[in-house]
Amino acid sequence: MKKRVGMEVSFAAAEAIKLCNVDVIAAYPITPQTHIVERLSEYVANGELDAEFVPVESEHSAMSLCVGSQATGARSFTCTSSQGLALMSEIVYITASLRLPVVMMLANRSLSGPLSIWNDHSDVMSVRDCGWIQLFVRNSQEIFDHAFISYKIAEDHNVLLPLIINFDGFILSHMFEPVELVEDSIIKQYLPPYDPKYVLHPDRALTMGAFAMPAVYTETKKAQDEALRQSYPYILKAWQDWGDLTGRYYHPVEESYTEDADTIFVALGSFAETTGEAVKTMREQGHKVGLLNLRLWRPFPFEAFSRAVKNARNLIVLDRAISYGGPGGPVASEIRSALYNLENRPQVYSFISGLGGRDVTVQDYIDMFEKAISGKAPQDEIFGVRG
Amino acid sequence: MNDANVYAVKSLTKKEYLAPGHRSCLGCGEVLAVRLVHKALGRNTITASATGCMEIVSSPFPLTSWEIPWIHVAFENAAAVAGGIEAALKVLERKGKIAPKDIHVVAMAGDGGTADIGLQALSGAMERGHKFLYVCYDNEAYMNTGVQRSSATPFGAHTTTSPAGEIVPGQITWKKNMPEIAVAHNIPYVATASPSYPLDLVNKIKKGAEAEGPAYVHILSVCPTGWGVGSEETIKIGRLAVQTGFFPLYEVENGRYRITVDCEELEPLERYLQPQRRFRHLTKEMIDFIRQRVLEQWEELKRRAGQTDPVAG
Repeated sequence: MKKRVGMEVSFAAAEAIKLCNVDVIAAYPITPQTHIVERLSEYVANGELDAEFVPVESEHSAMSLCVGSQATGARSFTCTSSQGLALMSEIVYITASLRLPVVMMLANRSLSGPLSIWNDHSDVMSVRDCGWIQLFVRNSQEIFDHAFISYKIAEDHNVLLPLIINFDGFILSHMFEPVELVEDSIIKQYLPPYDPKYVLHPDRALTMGAFAMPAVYTETKKAQDEALRQSYPYILKAWQDWGDLTGRYYHPVEESYTEDADTIFVALGSFAETTGEAVKTMREQGHKVGLLNLRLWRPFPFEAFSRAVKNARNLIVLDRAISYGGPGGPVASEIRSALYNLENRPQVYSFISGLGGRDVTVQDYIDMFEKAISGKAPQDEIFGVRG
Repeated sequence: MNDANVYAVKSLTKKEYLAPGHRSCLGCGEVLAVRLVHKALGRNTITASATGCMEIVSSPFPLTSWEIPWIHVAFENAAAVAGGIEAALKVLERKGKIAPKDIHVVAMAGDGGTADIGLQALSGAMERGHKFLYVCYDNEAYMNTGVQRSSATPFGAHTTTSPAGEIVPGQITWKKNMPEIAVAHNIPYVATASPSYPLDLVNKIKKGAEAEGPAYVHILSVCPTGWGVGSEETIKIGRLAVQTGFFPLYEVENGRYRITVDCEELEPLERYLQPQRRFRHLTKEMIDFIRQRVLEQWEELKRRAGQTDPVAG
C-alpha cells in the first residue's frame, strides 16, 4: 500500500535514486547538495544499492566520469550546486551534444561572488543553453517522483538527452516533508532497465566525440536543437504514464486561479508554493490574480505557456537571477520574447527577488502585485533592496 | 634485448587499430607511438582521448581512424572519462548486464593535457585506483595550437610563447617530471617509452595494461614540426634523446626502478640538441648548464634502479 513518511527532502531524493537502481554515481561535495550523495554512499556501503560510488576530485571530473560511464552503458547520476555547476559546465554542454542521458539533481544555489551558500537560480540560469532538458520541482514528493520520470524521459530512444532536476537549496533540500513512497512493482513497471542505443564496447568500434569542420557543424547543432524540441511529447507522455500509475500528474505549466485572472504570477521551483499562498490571500481580498508554475524550463513550453496567459493583462515574472546589463531577469526576458508575436500580449513585470537566500514572504508578493497594477512598477526591478 | 622483447615482436599483431589515412604531419613520432600502443593493446580496448593533435588527426566527423571504441570529450578530462568507463564495465559485469571480458581501459593525452590542464583529473583517477592505463604522448609543447610552451617543454627550448629573445633565452623552467609524479601516487606501474625503441614500448604497454590498478606510461614523441627537425629524423632524434640521457627509458614496477635501455656511456648532449631548431640559440654555457642537470638526473635514476633493485632485474 502507499506509504507516507516524513523525511529530509535530500534523503527522499536519494531514496528515489536508489530505487532507480543507478549503476554509477560520481560525486563531489558542495553545499547544499551533499546530503543526497552522503546518503547514496551509505546505500552503497551497506549493500542496499549495487553501484559504483566514485568520489571524484572535482565536479569537472564528476560530469566527465558520468560521460564515460553513461557512454559505456551505465545508468549514471550526479548532483551539484552553484560553483560546482560552474566548474563542470564545460562538460555539461558536451554531455548533451553526445546525447548521453545522464540525470543530475541541481540544488540551486547562488553563484560567487560574493560567496553565498544560499539559494537562488543564478547557477542554473548560467547553463540555460546547455542543451539539457531542465525542469523544476517544488517539494519532496515532486523530487522523489521526478527521479523516475527523469530517467524515463532521458533514456527514451526518441529523446536520449541529459536532464537536470532543479530544486531549491536549503529552502527545499534541507526541509523535512512528507513523501508518499512508491511500490517496487510500480517502479519496475514504469522504469525499464537502461537500454543504451550506442555503447563503448570492443564488440563494435564506435567513435564518439569526433570534431566537426564548418561544413557539418551547423547541421550538427541544428540536429541537437531539434532533438531537444522533439523531446517535448515524450516528456508529456512520461508525466502522463506516471500520473496513471500514482495519481500524481505533472505538466509543463501548472495553473491555479488563472482562468479569470487579470494578473498572473509566473514562478519556478519552491517559490511557487509561497506565491500560491499569496495568490490565495489576494483572491480572498477580491483580486483577480492567478499563478502559473513553470515546471519545464527546457524545452520551453511556448504553446502551453501562451495559452495559459492569453487572457491576462499583467504577468508578474519572478526571477531568482540577474542577467547583468540585460533586459530584466532571464525568465522574464524569455517570456517577453515568447509573447511578442501575440496580438493581445500581457504587460510583463520582471521582479528579481530572493537572491542569495533572501526570504520572500507572502506580503512581498502582495506588494509586487500592488506595485504592478498601480502602474508604478518599472518594467524590471530588483525587489526588496534595502537602504 | 631480453627474451621478452623477442617474444613481443613475434606476437605483435599485423592488424592496425589506428587506420592509415589519418592527418598527422610527416614524420610524426606521436602517431607512430599511438599506433604501436594500440597494436600492443589489441582489440579488447576502449580508449578515451584528450583534445589535441591525435584527436584532431584521427576524428574529423564523419571520418574516423579508430578501429576500436574511442571517445573524445574535452582537453583536461581523459583520465576522468576513462575512470567512468572502468567504473561502468565493473558494475555492469557485476550486475550481469554485460558478459565478463578482459577489456583494457586506456586514457591518452599530450603533455599539455597531462602535465598542465589534465593533471588534477589524472591525479584523482590514479589516487582512486581505477584499473586503467594512462598514456602521455609528450611532444614537449602545445603543438596542436601552434607550438606554445607547456610545463613539459625542456629548459632552453624555443616555443611561440617561450621565444628565444635578446634577454630571455627560450624556456627558463625545467621540464616537469610527470613519471615521478605518477610514481608518487604509489600506483603499480610507471614507465617511460619511445617509439624509437618499439619493442621496449610494446612491452611496457602490455605490462601497464595488465597491472592490477592504474598504470602510467610517458612516451617522448618527436615532433618534427614543433622541434624543427627533418621528418626523416624522427627515429634518430628519439634514439639520441635516450642515448644522451636526456630522456632515459625506465620502468617502476610496484616501486622498483629498472632502467630498460641502458647506456654504459652517454652520447654527448650536443648530438641531441644541435640538430633541433628549437635549441639552435643555445650557447655553450647553456648547454653545459643543461648537461649538468641531465647527468645529475641520470645518476639519480641509476642510484634508484640500483639501490631498490639489489638483484638487478
